[in-house]
Amino acid sequence: MAADVLQTKDLNVSYGTHRAVLDVNLTIPERSITALIGPSGCGKSTLLRTFNRMNDFVPGAKVTGNVLFRGNDIYERATDAVLIRRQIGMVFQKPNPFPSSIRKNITWGPKVNGFQGDLDQLVETSLKRAALWEEVKGKLDESGLALSGGQQQRLCIARTIAMDPDIILMDEPCSALDPASTLKIERLILELKERFTIVIVTHNMQQARRVSDFTAFMYQGELVEYGATADVFEAPKMDLTRDYVSGRFG
Amino acid sequence: MSGDTTMSLTTNSPALAAQAVGERARWNPRLAQRHFAGKIFFALTLLSVVFAVAALIFLLSTIWTDGVEKLNLAFLTSFPSRFAAKAGIKSAIYGSVYIAVFTFLFAVPVGVAAAVYLEEFATDTRLRRFVDINIANLAGVPSIVYGMLGLAVFVRVCNFGRSILSGALTMAVLILPIIIVASREALKAVPRSIRLAAYGLGATRWQTIRAHVLPAAMPGVMTGVILSMSRAAGETAPLLMIGALSYVAYLPDGPMDGFTVLPIQVFNWVSRPQDEFHQIAAAGIIVLLAVLLATNAVAIVIRYRFQRDS
Repeated sequence: MAADVLQTKDLNVSYGTHRAVLDVNLTIPERSITALIGPSGCGKSTLLRTFNRMNDFVPGAKVTGNVLFRGNDIYERATDAVLIRRQIGMVFQKPNPFPSSIRKNITWGPKVNGFQGDLDQLVETSLKRAALWEEVKGKLDESGLALSGGQQQRLCIARTIAMDPDIILMDEPCSALDPASTLKIERLILELKERFTIVIVTHNMQQARRVSDFTAFMYQGELVEYGATADVFEAPKMDLTRDYVSGRFG
Repeated sequence: MSGDTTMSLTTNSPALAAQAVGERARWNPRLAQRHFAGKIFFALTLLSVVFAVAALIFLLSTIWTDGVEKLNLAFLTSFPSRFAAKAGIKSAIYGSVYIAVFTFLFAVPVGVAAAVYLEEFATDTRLRRFVDINIANLAGVPSIVYGMLGLAVFVRVCNFGRSILSGALTMAVLILPIIIVASREALKAVPRSIRLAAYGLGATRWQTIRAHVLPAAMPGVMTGVILSMSRAAGETAPLLMIGALSYVAYLPDGPMDGFTVLPIQVFNWVSRPQDEFHQIAAAGIIVLLAVLLATNAVAIVIRYRFQRDS
């Protein structure tokens, strides 16, 4: 079994009086794909955002408990959130390339973080790893916004890969895409597992089943069940999980 | 239903509902009145536009007929004079340009920086809300008050005298609120997704603002700058207050020299009894308007470029 890269201990997140995540304890092993599933508002996206301190930008969000990244608490006072986000990248629900060229979309993050290597090489390997190179290699200086939705999302993944992060968080990365683009991104996610640890929030249970090694089912802020994906879907321990994965609610 | 086999659906035909019975008879659509009300409103809005445009055209055409014959190269390149026939606006044009350039240099960096602080860095405290409200209020303070401020602070306390520097600083303070308010609106309109994308790549707050937020807000910031600079170019009262001259027969050498500006020169000529002076005042107004329109046009082109690039 690979090392644990991410671990939460009694993690709670609240927005004002609303408690979005309740006492979540979760351990994510290296180079695996973990899916967070559950009905809307169950706290799965909030949980994902705690993993790289993105909740810092949500006014009123308060986090208690611990999130350990390779043993270090990312909510400790001395932890630099900028460093955390550089190591734990994020792909968002809606493709959000910068309104500039494809090349600049990839090179900006490495540049501001003091990347010393060859930028052209980095652009090429990142786009290749994101399975986008063949489609854009002739137009690297055209705007990233001119790409299709699915290509934009792969550009956002390439941009994240270029940082060579340890973990990639994905917040419903396919929800704004058509089935063909979704399929491409799912294949890509499976390839990325060779190199990165991936945590993906998804609304789509079939998607969780197709791509993930582990599945965490959340309901009303609580982690109801967490285990190997096959077990969660085929032999859930909790009735609530069975009802959800069989489509009885949600 | 009535015996008619064809139903009429025009406004004044008996409405279908009127022919109905039971619950459907409870409707009285009054179509004619409702359409009439709509037409009245359309007429009123159109009338307002016509009124505004007509007033502007009347104003421009009277000024044009009054001043056009005095408008020639000699008028632009002569200093003011006791004799209307020899008087020109050379020193006023130089003064206006000097004031505009220095006002821009002071007001734009400070205004944009203040907007960035309030929008991007400041935490939501009571003090910030107090500042918020008061900046909006400052935009509505009469300009003569800024003139008094300029006189007290820049002319007297700072001892800059009745100079271009004092005038430009006064104008800068006058237009700061406008630039701040417009820039904040522009910053607010930058999509959150762009900021999150940058933060997600391990960028600091300043890197995110510098590389993504400010460029995206630039068109809106430029709009505020254009509006406020036009305002500054036309303002007279605060400069009179700090003691701008109306007879300047030399060109200013630097920011510490005395000066006059176009609106003050015009104001001076208008207040004289002789008709010739009124004519050259009209010519001065034409020049002022032409300069304003030209700078606005240039600024709009620049803004359009920015928008297209991003």
